[in-house]
Amino acid sequence: MISDLFSVTVLVGILASGIRLATPYLYAAIGETFGQRSGVLNLGVEGQMLLGAFAAFYVALKTGNLGLAVFVALLVGAVMGLAMAFVTVNLHAQQGISGIGFYLFGLGLSDLLFQKMLGTVETVKGFPKVDIPFLSDIPGLGEIFFSQSILVYGAYLLVPVAWFVLNKTTLGLKIRSVGENPEAADSLGVSVAGIRYFTITLGGTLSGLAGASLSIGLLNVFQQNMTSGLGFIAVALVYFGGWRPWGVLGGALLFSMVNALQLWIQVLGIPIPSDIAVMMPYVLTILVLVASVSRVRAPSALTKSFERDE
Amino acid sequence: MKPSQKEWISRLVDGLLPVFATLAALLVGAVMLLFLRVNPLQAYAALWEGAFGSSNALAETLVKATPLLLVALGICISFRGDVINIGGEGQMIVGALLAAWLGLTFTDWPGWVMIPAAMLAGFIGGAVWGGIPGFLKAYFNVNEILSTVMMNAIAVQLMNFLLRGPMIDPSQAELASKIPQTARLVEAFRLARLAPTRLHLGALIAVILAVLVYILLWRTTLGYRIRAVGQNPHASRYAGINVKRHIVMALLLSGAFAGLAGAVQVFGVNYRMITDGSASGFTGSAGFNGIVAALFGQLHPIWSIPASVLFGALLVGANSMQRAMQVPSALITALNGLVVVFVVSSEIWRQRRQRRRLASAPETESSPGSGAASPESAEEAV
Repeated sequence: MISDLFSVTVLVGILASGIRLATPYLYAAIGETFGQRSGVLNLGVEGQMLLGAFAAFYVALKTGNLGLAVFVALLVGAVMGLAMAFVTVNLHAQQGISGIGFYLFGLGLSDLLFQKMLGTVETVKGFPKVDIPFLSDIPGLGEIFFSQSILVYGAYLLVPVAWFVLNKTTLGLKIRSVGENPEAADSLGVSVAGIRYFTITLGGTLSGLAGASLSIGLLNVFQQNMTSGLGFIAVALVYFGGWRPWGVLGGALLFSMVNALQLWIQVLGIPIPSDIAVMMPYVLTILVLVASVSRVRAPSALTKSFERDE
Repeated sequence: MKPSQKEWISRLVDGLLPVFATLAALLVGAVMLLFLRVNPLQAYAALWEGAFGSSNALAETLVKATPLLLVALGICISFRGDVINIGGEGQMIVGALLAAWLGLTFTDWPGWVMIPAAMLAGFIGGAVWGGIPGFLKAYFNVNEILSTVMMNAIAVQLMNFLLRGPMIDPSQAELASKIPQTARLVEAFRLARLAPTRLHLGALIAVILAVLVYILLWRTTLGYRIRAVGQNPHASRYAGINVKRHIVMALLLSGAFAGLAGAVQVFGVNYRMITDGSASGFTGSAGFNGIVAALFGQLHPIWSIPASVLFGALLVGANSMQRAMQVPSALITALNGLVVVFVVSSEIWRQRRQRRRLASAPETESSPGSGAASPESAEEAV
């Protein structure tokens, strides 16, 4: 049975699902990267994802319009992001704790709405696979990279876009300066509050999309607490990736590949208790954090609220 | 020097901020209920009735408040040390597993030996599960919020694995259903009931420990150092305090109290461990709600007692609200989240007033008469 793991079909299967499973991590973690580069730790990602997942699922179920479903998920995420921005920027609330508050709020509200508006676990027709002409015909590689849904492609496209915005544009420079030295940025006329509002709202929006990518992309169901810690892992991936989009991509891929391997181990009936197999990605995350954190320096103003001396 | 009347009023407002925050959350909850076409007054009446309406209801509230208080005590320690422990869920589970294992293995021990030993086992299990992230934070600079969340996920899988395999009830192991649960504890090991209700000795233990944690934090060197490190690690290092060791201690102690909460749940309420696959299936989310209670009690062990009773009441009341009005108890989870957001957001007014007080009357603030009774003045004393 162990030898089954090394056949080509299984390997292609593992890699293809690994690529797919990275989608929600990428959306959420890239969004979180923007927030943290501007000095804001948003721990409410999980709650934003759950609400986004529910909103997208509900709209898709009732209207069948996937585009509308994604739009509503983005909107819900943006509203949650705006609330988080108000609390952290205007009220200077301690970021780690208010994030936990938003997490509990999203967890409870998505559960409440699920029970009141749906009641039972249903499935929905989610985003179909889109074969990219010619490329998807390449044996092996085609199935792994070029036969995925549009939400998967979008997540991978987001990485270079985020890199470009953060490193090659004025906006990116402003975001980074606000995260490193808000006093200096402020004295040069950069609106610290404005930048942080933008990054936190963007992070919320992308978290909403991350939720949608689960409920109408990967799994096509909605359940209570369906993210089960995924949003927190996305935050950890930002640390792992050294606050850089490409690093985040590496972390997301590593994590999702281990997850895919774990799923296939269960499918193939390899005698490792499933509970232990499910544990592996979390253990790996901790180990990876140990190995990576001391390597790169966090943005200097991370978790510090900014108040102009008057 | 006696604080002026004006200062008393502003202190009173500070103290009442969490109450305002809760009222605001309930108000938002009322709007949500209106959207769900439920009469908020009826729903909240059902909640109140379920939490305080009879002696049985009151006992249930206190039973629910017990783990909240124990977790909250740990949170008081860690948050005062500027260490954010989100790992209460996992620490409860591991503490409970270790205590349950002890109780199921040494069935011939007398009760008066087993119960303290099991509580200690819970304490140790939680300390280990909290100590690991503490160690990783102090020596490898790993963010404790993330590592404690990961430790939660690992603890759940550990529990599922143990309850499905090595620790499964032998009678279940023979059945086809194989319900993932342990055998029941023998009668002699169960925590004594305090009244003809489900209220058990654990509640009393938690209240006594609240006093002990207060003494630990404000009357011992260890507590002083943990708070000093939380206030200003650089100054503490300069003063010769081993900062790393006290970061570990803050998380270790915090985890220990959560682990004790887990042991108390097993020996006082369930008499066995059973899993539905999730953490909240065992903990009832006390690991998270304990944070809410501690914040509500302004990270003060004594104030955490009424805070825990309040949130215990909300949880028990939510169940009767669900029965009476068909409002899912998840509403209370959402409202708890809002309470957290509102409480940390309202801090800004307390800080502003404090700054104004300091600016207007510096000599009153530094007077020794202010004492260590309230958390704010104690902070200033550090």
